[in-house]
Amino acid sequence: METQLVLEKWPGSISVVTIGAKTAEGGSRSQTVQIGGQTALPLMFKEGVMPNRPKIAFEIWDIAPVDFEQELMTAYGRAINDPFTWAQVCVDEFKADLICLKMQGTHPDFGDRSPQEAAKFVSKFLNQIKVPLIITGSGDNAKDNLVLPACSEAAKGERCLIGSAVQDNYKTLVASVLADGHSIIAESPIDINIAKQLNILISDMGLSLERIVIDPTIGALGYGLEYAYSIMERARLAALSGDKTLACPFICFVGQEAWRVKEAKADGRQGIAWETLTATSLIQSGADILVMRHPKAAENVLWYTDGLFRGQ
Amino acid sequence: MLIIGELINGMYANIALALKERDKKVIQSCALEQVACGADALDISCGPASKNPLIDLPWLVEVVGEVTDKPLCLDSSKPQVIAEGLKAAKNPTIINSTTADIEKLQILLPLAKQYKSKLIGIAIDSKGIPQNKDQRLELAARILEQAGQSGFALEDLYLDPIVMPVNVAQNQIRDILETIAEFKMISSPHGKTVIGLSNISQGAKNRSLINRTFLTMAVASGLDSAILDPKDKELMDTLITAELILNKNIYCDSYLEAYRKR
Repeated sequence: METQLVLEKWPGSISVVTIGAKTAEGGSRSQTVQIGGQTALPLMFKEGVMPNRPKIAFEIWDIAPVDFEQELMTAYGRAINDPFTWAQVCVDEFKADLICLKMQGTHPDFGDRSPQEAAKFVSKFLNQIKVPLIITGSGDNAKDNLVLPACSEAAKGERCLIGSAVQDNYKTLVASVLADGHSIIAESPIDINIAKQLNILISDMGLSLERIVIDPTIGALGYGLEYAYSIMERARLAALSGDKTLACPFICFVGQEAWRVKEAKADGRQGIAWETLTATSLIQSGADILVMRHPKAAENVLWYTDGLFRGQ
Repeated sequence: MLIIGELINGMYANIALALKERDKKVIQSCALEQVACGADALDISCGPASKNPLIDLPWLVEVVGEVTDKPLCLDSSKPQVIAEGLKAAKNPTIINSTTADIEKLQILLPLAKQYKSKLIGIAIDSKGIPQNKDQRLELAARILEQAGQSGFALEDLYLDPIVMPVNVAQNQIRDILETIAEFKMISSPHGKTVIGLSNISQGAKNRSLINRTFLTMAVASGLDSAILDPKDKELMDTLITAELILNKNIYCDSYLEAYRKR
């Protein structure tokens, strides 16, 4: 007797988040990027649809990076010393769909740029780089609360993805994102209960759940990847079962985690492999945006994704 | 858990009066309030006061259907009344109910199939209310057997162990809880389970407390659905918490709000 495959039918679906707005939509982007929309677990094409492939966002800093590995510096050459050239190389040479701009230069320990300077920088960046934009703070809560509203306002109407909101610091960012028409990254420390709670807190302020992207916080291969994997899987199972408070796409900051580990630091080629494998594993647990650093790793992931989606 | 709101019932004075005076507003606001409080479906009964249920039930069904798409649970012991309700309904329907009597099953099972309706089968027959677990299981088995024979999808069948008031049949309550779990062992695929919750506290004091305590125990026994008062907030909070503890939903500090945001 032929064995029959048991197929799940899920009542829920993941929301679709659009990043970027073209001229007709009030922005100035050359294209828009959509993520989410799945009606089944990752890559289970027989059980539902996965209308949007996972996207790679190239991580760019607003200053020349200070602690990047030599392998990364070499990959971009002199371009990495100027954020605009660096981003342009990502778009022209590496065909980036998305840029993730980290405002590291506003951190008190990395130059302490003012919110006004940051806003000016974002305006100039938007003028020169035309792909949809993700903007993240420097990670200093107090400073981010001043910098990110200024950046949000400077990018008003461009439908950026801005982050990150955390459980004890979300109100300022939510208010800005709401006023300026962006979407938000909600970050939780590998904790599904906090991820859910934060989404509720954000939506209580009037920003709809459809404008939230979850950063579940990930660890690189060998450094907690499986914890992130299982949290993402559990959130997806709940979302597909009908829990709207967890039905948001995921963003995973792969590059920063992969290049932090000693295996990547020891050998550049190993670093590329580490970043590639961390990203491809997370695609299987439902990652929608992979923020990556090395262009070769990004190319590997793109090739891998093409294979997964062949025939779809 | 499928929550069936019980408040549109002619045994309540406000509904009986609205039914008599054909006051749509009262019925419709009762429907919407229950939905707002978390009802997934609405029980519709014209109650014992109705002189002409063949006309009254379809009227209630139409009036409620004007304001909500939620499934309607057509509540009558008379198959002709159910048939008239099914004809009038635009909403999905649940027939409430058939007993384990063969002649009743032979009318209601084909009717449920014809209207793609779900069906509640009560573990009771013309001989009366069962007195122990074995009798309840036997009656449920008869309903399952008839449903299976007629090609009715068993996952659309809700078995009711028939809840007795705690002040009438205290010695039976443990049996009833065990029956809820064991109904699912009779067949594969198995039927679902439902109770009319308020029966447990009929004629007792502290009704709300008794209701929510029993509901927690029933949910832990695997209950799939209950006919209850969704406007009893403490009851609903208890239900949400019981389901949370059973890992049906993911915990967060605002889990009550999260459930209501679904």
